[in-house]
Amino acid sequence: MEANRIIPDPAQVREELIQKYPAKVAKKRAKSIVINDPEIIPEVQANVRTVPGIITQRGCSYAGCKGVVLGPTRDIVNIVHGPIGCSFYAWLTRRNQTKPESLMDENYIPYCFSTDMQEENIVFGGEKKLKIAIQEAYDLFHPKSIAIFSTCPVGLIGDDVHAAAREMKEKFGDCNVFGFSCEGYRGVSQSAGHHIANNGVFKHMVGRDNTPSEGKFKLNLLGEYNIGGDAFEIERIFEKVGITLVASFSGNSTVRAIENSHTADLNVILCHRSINYMGDMMETKYGIPWMKVNFVGAESTAKSLRKIGEYFGDEKLKARIEAVIAEEAPKVKAVIEEILPRTKGKTAMLFVGGSRAHHYQDLFAELGMTTVAAGYEFAHRDDYEGREVLPKIKVDADSKNIEELKVVADPELYNPRKTEAELEALKEKGLEINGYEGMMKQMTKKSLVVDDLSHYESEKLIEIYKPDIFCAGIKEKYVVQKMGIPLKQLHSYDYGGPYTGFEGAVNFYKDIDRMVNNPVWKLIKAPWETAGNGKGGELAASYVTQ
Amino acid sequence: MLLRHTSKEVKVREGLTINPAKTCQPIGAMYAALGIHGCLPHSHGSQGCCSYHRSTLTRHYKEPVMAATSSFTEGASVFGGQANLLAAIDTIFAVYDPDIIAVHSTCLSETIGDDLQQITKKASDDGKIPEGKYVIYASTPSFVGSHVTGYSNMVAGIATQFAESTGVKKSQYNIIAGWMEPSDMREIKRLAKVMGINIVLFPDTSDVLDAPQTGKHVFYPKGGTTVEELKSSGDSLASLALGSISAEPAAIALEKKCKVPFETLDIPIGLTATDRFIMGISKVAGVTVPDEITADRGRLVDVMCDMEQYLHGKRVALFGDPDQILPLTEFLLDLGMKPVHIVSGTPGQKFEKQMRQLLDERSPETNFKSGLQADMFLLHQWMKNEPVDLLIGNTYGKYMARDEDIPFIRFGFPILDRIGHSYFPNIGYSGSLRLLEKILNAIMDRQDRDALEEKFELVM
Repeated sequence: MEANRIIPDPAQVREELIQKYPAKVAKKRAKSIVINDPEIIPEVQANVRTVPGIITQRGCSYAGCKGVVLGPTRDIVNIVHGPIGCSFYAWLTRRNQTKPESLMDENYIPYCFSTDMQEENIVFGGEKKLKIAIQEAYDLFHPKSIAIFSTCPVGLIGDDVHAAAREMKEKFGDCNVFGFSCEGYRGVSQSAGHHIANNGVFKHMVGRDNTPSEGKFKLNLLGEYNIGGDAFEIERIFEKVGITLVASFSGNSTVRAIENSHTADLNVILCHRSINYMGDMMETKYGIPWMKVNFVGAESTAKSLRKIGEYFGDEKLKARIEAVIAEEAPKVKAVIEEILPRTKGKTAMLFVGGSRAHHYQDLFAELGMTTVAAGYEFAHRDDYEGREVLPKIKVDADSKNIEELKVVADPELYNPRKTEAELEALKEKGLEINGYEGMMKQMTKKSLVVDDLSHYESEKLIEIYKPDIFCAGIKEKYVVQKMGIPLKQLHSYDYGGPYTGFEGAVNFYKDIDRMVNNPVWKLIKAPWETAGNGKGGELAASYVTQ
Repeated sequence: MLLRHTSKEVKVREGLTINPAKTCQPIGAMYAALGIHGCLPHSHGSQGCCSYHRSTLTRHYKEPVMAATSSFTEGASVFGGQANLLAAIDTIFAVYDPDIIAVHSTCLSETIGDDLQQITKKASDDGKIPEGKYVIYASTPSFVGSHVTGYSNMVAGIATQFAESTGVKKSQYNIIAGWMEPSDMREIKRLAKVMGINIVLFPDTSDVLDAPQTGKHVFYPKGGTTVEELKSSGDSLASLALGSISAEPAAIALEKKCKVPFETLDIPIGLTATDRFIMGISKVAGVTVPDEITADRGRLVDVMCDMEQYLHGKRVALFGDPDQILPLTEFLLDLGMKPVHIVSGTPGQKFEKQMRQLLDERSPETNFKSGLQADMFLLHQWMKNEPVDLLIGNTYGKYMARDEDIPFIRFGFPILDRIGHSYFPNIGYSGSLRLLEKILNAIMDRQDRDALEEKFELVM
């Protein structure tokens, strides 16, 4: 039945979404709501300020910097310089799993560190307290690295976290201390924080350890944060096919691995939005090409592995990759064949992240489900339309405030892993090096693309489309479920996962099947609400007495 | 080991807080505002604040938590956030049509010196607030106090900005809820009904953050104290503030503005705090205590008598918020248990004094610290030095409980990994009985788990 569902006219939907807004707001929002055409990709307004009061999904720069990019590395002591809340809310809430090799290994992820700024620190400055805090962290833990994260008031009162970090680093000698100016007001979303984090990690960590890494096929995994164990599954597959993972940015990673990452021969990028800067900078400085991959979805995983095989161009590796795909495929097939009849023809909406709303469309496609509408929370136009739009993107005041590092080839360490001719040959084979085609090419014609979806728009979309599943985050979860529609959280996976690789695909198929076909959705109405007057109280004939 | 770097040796810290037993003001203000019917909380600051607060409250309640933000960017931070707030007010009334917008500040807007009173007045002068609608505010700088302070400030703001005295007293009493769960607020209303008094309870998050599944998302759920009720609070005969930190400031504000006399009581957690609550109502309203309540009490005492052997002398570590852990500590002492270590991140001399007094009288050897660096890291270190049989606190306690292999009861805010707190109260005699049941289950499950085969008991 569902397969024959009538898809509403997207142009009309667009009008409905904006008609309640004040004129100025409507005009602005209209540019972020577009009707897709995979042949001629329309322009999507993205990475612009959110309208105050509209109820956005977005968070702040600090969340993108500390929460997303730096948080998952287990052996950095991350001190948040600011009032207590910022550190508290980012404490273990992102499910970055990590597995220290031994009981002795450093792991600070379960800890929350803060300078807990008080009024006097705001009035008289907080640098002194920050330095005391850094010293105390050093004395207590003797970590390899301490990172400092500035919260909103820090930038305003003028605390120089970078100077404090330099001073303490010099003082300790054996501990790398560095700061991030990731005040929440910078940029327009988490995205600014990703960029700031990339800059800091590149400046202060990458390239510090020149020990040649072992292995024949060495790569870094960029933009994989090991939510629910995603990186573990990718590591499992890499090990099986004989690929050496030098560093992951940054799920299940360590300081040492990141410092040594420039010894790899390829960067593969998962979350394009949060980490593409790193790919570009490492390419310029060290000559390591990057390639967009997607390990979300069984077919996407196989495709990504083949791309890696092609890049290294080694026949043995390619054969090994085929063997592993062949070995993993049957268990995936067995599950999807059983589930597909129950999910086929259903519809999904994805409004999340800066890459996930794209990646997860592959899994829904494998489930026979159509993505009728999708959008990102904090992406840029290139994540929608592909990187070829980059030169056309206007740099506005909010983006201008985010530092763009001037990177040049390292005089000693620059070593192009592929010659121009080799890169050209790879391109001819269909390998997109240093490129990403974005989400919209993959979406069907007339599907709806909405950037920075507001709460109001989400309720309207659900009302109009009545999707079988909605994907977003924790703030949206119970709102949508109150409407009788299951919501899959794609930040936290509803505490499940992994969803990457072959095992992850199986997990996802099962979870979506469970969610869309759960008996509870049919139990929402009480029996007396669906019959008679809707209130019950009609006496049954056999109980009628005088 | 999850907290593998926590050593036994306690060193004094002055700059670094590790594993805080508190969070910041605005989330408390947001929670309080949700207890007003038809109210949309609004966070005047960067987007992240609002997102974090909504996320944390959502994880705690597994319910929709609606709130808006002024979405500060660098420009607003430099030139002031007035334009953002005015724009937000326009958007919110046009799109979400609340009866009330309750604005709270953040560390950002406080640092730049935005004056919420002035901005909301401007909104009103500019005709941005539709007839019959309200924009109220509370100043909640994150660098002062804790989430409890923010709750307290918003509740006081609600009282000041709504209460009116008409000169004619109404036969009703205000009960100002300290930070407690919707289930607790529902129980307060039930107890008042059984006691036969009319009350205005505020804030009241019952039927807001425990809303039923109906297949519809109701943006402004049926619960929450109404504007009418809030206005009438100025004509009430008296106020009972439950919690000297989170509720008393609102009672003081009401007394100042509308001359409503008040009494401050503890949140009725445990036997004796509930006794004081019931006696408080009885005295303030001159009502007799119905047998139903006496019987409720009797059931709680009955279990305390019958199960004393499992409780007596058991050592407990606890952390949480002042108005909750003060009566909880008293309850533990009434149960014959030993509160060995107590921390609360919320600073304040009033609480410090109250807790010290209780401990000096009944448990002088207890380790207690509140305020700066009174964090879970310190509590954990204390536990390593002087082990306990039970840990009580919010969800973050589970890491310590697992590492030290001790039974753990979730109590306080936030509880991110279990349900129940929204639905089953911890207050009053029956709520305390539920809390006691949890304590007993934790201890007795542990005895069962650890008993040698020959010592394994059928009847306990």
